Amino acid sequence: MHRFANPAEFNRLADRILPWSLAIMAGAFAAGLYLALFASPPDYQQGDSVRIMYVHVPAAWMAMFTYMVMAGASFTALVWRHPLADLAGKAAAPIGATFTALALVTGSLWGKPMWGTYWEWDGRMTSVLVLFFLYLGYMAVWQSMDDEAKAGRAASILALVGVANIPIIKFSVDWWNTLHQPASVMRMGGPTIDGTMLWPLLIMALAYKAYFVTVFLWRMKLEINRRKLSVLSQAEVYG
Amino acid sequence: MDQSAHSFDSQTLSGHGLACRRGGRLVFSGLDFSVAPGRLLFLHGKNGSGKSTLLRLIAGFLPASAGDLRYGTDVWDRGDAALSETLVYAGHDNGLKTALTLRENSEIYARIMTGRPIAADRLLDMADVFGLGALLDRPVRYFSSGQRHRASLMRFLLADRPVWLMDEPTVGLDADNRTALATLMQHHLDRGGIILAASHDPIGVAGDVLNVDECNSLAHAKDVAGGAFVAQYNNSLHPFWRED
Amino acid sequence: MAAPLRSVFMAVLARDMRLAWSQGGTGTMALSFFLIAVTLFAFGVGPEPQVLSRIAAGVIWVVALLACLLSLDRLYQADFEDGSLDDLALSPLGLAGVAGAKILAHWLATVLPLILITPLLGLFMHLGADGYLVLIASLMIGTPALSLIGSIGAALTVSVRRGGVLMALLVLPLYVPTLIFGVGAVDAALNMVTPMENLALLGAVSLVALVIGPIASAAALRLALE
Repeated sequence: MHRFANPAEFNRLADRILPWSLAIMAGAFAAGLYLALFASPPDYQQGDSVRIMYVHVPAAWMAMFTYMVMAGASFTALVWRHPLADLAGKAAAPIGATFTALALVTGSLWGKPMWGTYWEWDGRMTSVLVLFFLYLGYMAVWQSMDDEAKAGRAASILALVGVANIPIIKFSVDWWNTLHQPASVMRMGGPTIDGTMLWPLLIMALAYKAYFVTVFLWRMKLEINRRKLSVLSQAEVYG
Repeated sequence: MDQSAHSFDSQTLSGHGLACRRGGRLVFSGLDFSVAPGRLLFLHGKNGSGKSTLLRLIAGFLPASAGDLRYGTDVWDRGDAALSETLVYAGHDNGLKTALTLRENSEIYARIMTGRPIAADRLLDMADVFGLGALLDRPVRYFSSGQRHRASLMRFLLADRPVWLMDEPTVGLDADNRTALATLMQHHLDRGGIILAASHDPIGVAGDVLNVDECNSLAHAKDVAGGAFVAQYNNSLHPFWRED
Repeated sequence: MAAPLRSVFMAVLARDMRLAWSQGGTGTMALSFFLIAVTLFAFGVGPEPQVLSRIAAGVIWVVALLACLLSLDRLYQADFEDGSLDDLALSPLGLAGVAGAKILAHWLATVLPLILITPLLGLFMHLGADGYLVLIASLMIGTPALSLIGSIGAALTVSVRRGGVLMALLVLPLYVPTLIFGVGAVDAALNMVTPMENLALLGAVSLVALVIGPIASAAALRLALE
């Protein structure tokens, strides 16, 4: 647990991982985007607009995944009081919020050719919108308090309350959605997805994950340096 | 003065190697103290030296970043029910609801702290200690700040607990009320109670003195110049944030 | 000498109910807000009875939710500012118990009066006759979750200046399930379908909130005391 309980140790580890994650990210994005945008066939029903899927679906996956990372970090911060843990949550939140926003925007752009409208109160879209609000709340708590240690614990409490509520919110939104528009919504994908579409999707998912790791480590290093800086300027004030 | 005659079965309250860190800054460290039943400990020190912080730490509001707090042989953890049922704390805020009368405030406080109602004649006696008897049925919003402070001191009588934590109890008290406060504190000590008071003023009750400044690493550090100071400051941080 | 905890709980409960309805309390304000905001909807969407009746349940639920949120803003802040939160923390009840008592007091003193005047607002909004009973039932079952979850937000923002807006941001997304099942129950009844499923789910949400609310609030309050 406390092997990385030292910022210098963490920085060394991050510096070892970063070249790899950067390389994987670049390679996977190049291959994934080529396959998704040029090599894969257009959908017989959706035409070329199906290509939005390769950007949209991994973003939606990552939106959820990042919240789980944040919740895990929050739990660690509250239970073991590990000083890196609440910084991990802080570093992950804007990345997750960006994935969520990307999923919403691409979903909306996909919706125009599919549903004929930019916004449909589809169950998935609506839950992702609520998830976006949860991210905003988490980041707002961090911003609201001067004392970083307190802000971190307050944000962690909120993240854990949020994670307990996510399944309930997801269920309620699906429930509400079927109540209001039975079966009119286009279901994504279908039971079988062809290999020519599956591979680009998986490669894009890998690219997104590598992007997350890279930016997350950069942000962690940034946060650590910022915290050290504030410590030093405090030393100046008290000196 | 009304006081139930029983004496407290209190234990020695002691702190061992206490340290407290707030907002990344070490307020004090290596702080030891011990107060036996019937004893009073004055906390002295400059503003910002951590007197209030120490009282809030003992009350369980703040976590200690090192050391432990003992009552007799029990180690008190933060938020322990045993801890919070043993002590009364009065800080800078008076805890009064201005929309309610002093009687209502007192009755509510007594019930929240003890679970039992307080008899009207006992309440009147307690209010009279600080000359507030005539004001019992007036809403607190009409009280002067001095009257509010005296009303807040009534908490020590209402809760009837052995350990008193008093933060600047004499602020705004005139000579008569200081005497009343001294009598009250002496009576509490005679019953075997324990008092910790952060105060610059001599209250007129004999007690030991703990100088919090001496446990304040930054207070020493002021004399050290430039880089050496940063190094010293660095040492005062949570190990996690130290520069290697 | 262990203090009788029941009596302490009742003391906190009575104290907060008393304060909600004394000068500067939130009770009357929440009630007035509820009345005014619902009538604003009539001005906003027009007076046609069919339109109003279609949105009646949703409007009443949303405004009840907002009234609840606005009144929760000060749930702990007043005690934090005057120092009585310190006293409450030293009560034998413990902070989770104190939070529980204060949440219950909020519900009884502030939310229950809102529910009691909903029939009048249903009248204003041309709510269908089949909806009244279920509307009240759904509010009775669902609003405790609003107080419980809102309490977490109030405790988290207690030391934040102008924490009300922040609190709304934190709490409103968590109110989504309660709103959906609450309005769903009334809509079901109006469509001659049994509202029981929705009411049961609403109850489930409230029970989950009952488990989480006081504990998370106490954790957040402990933070505020530091």
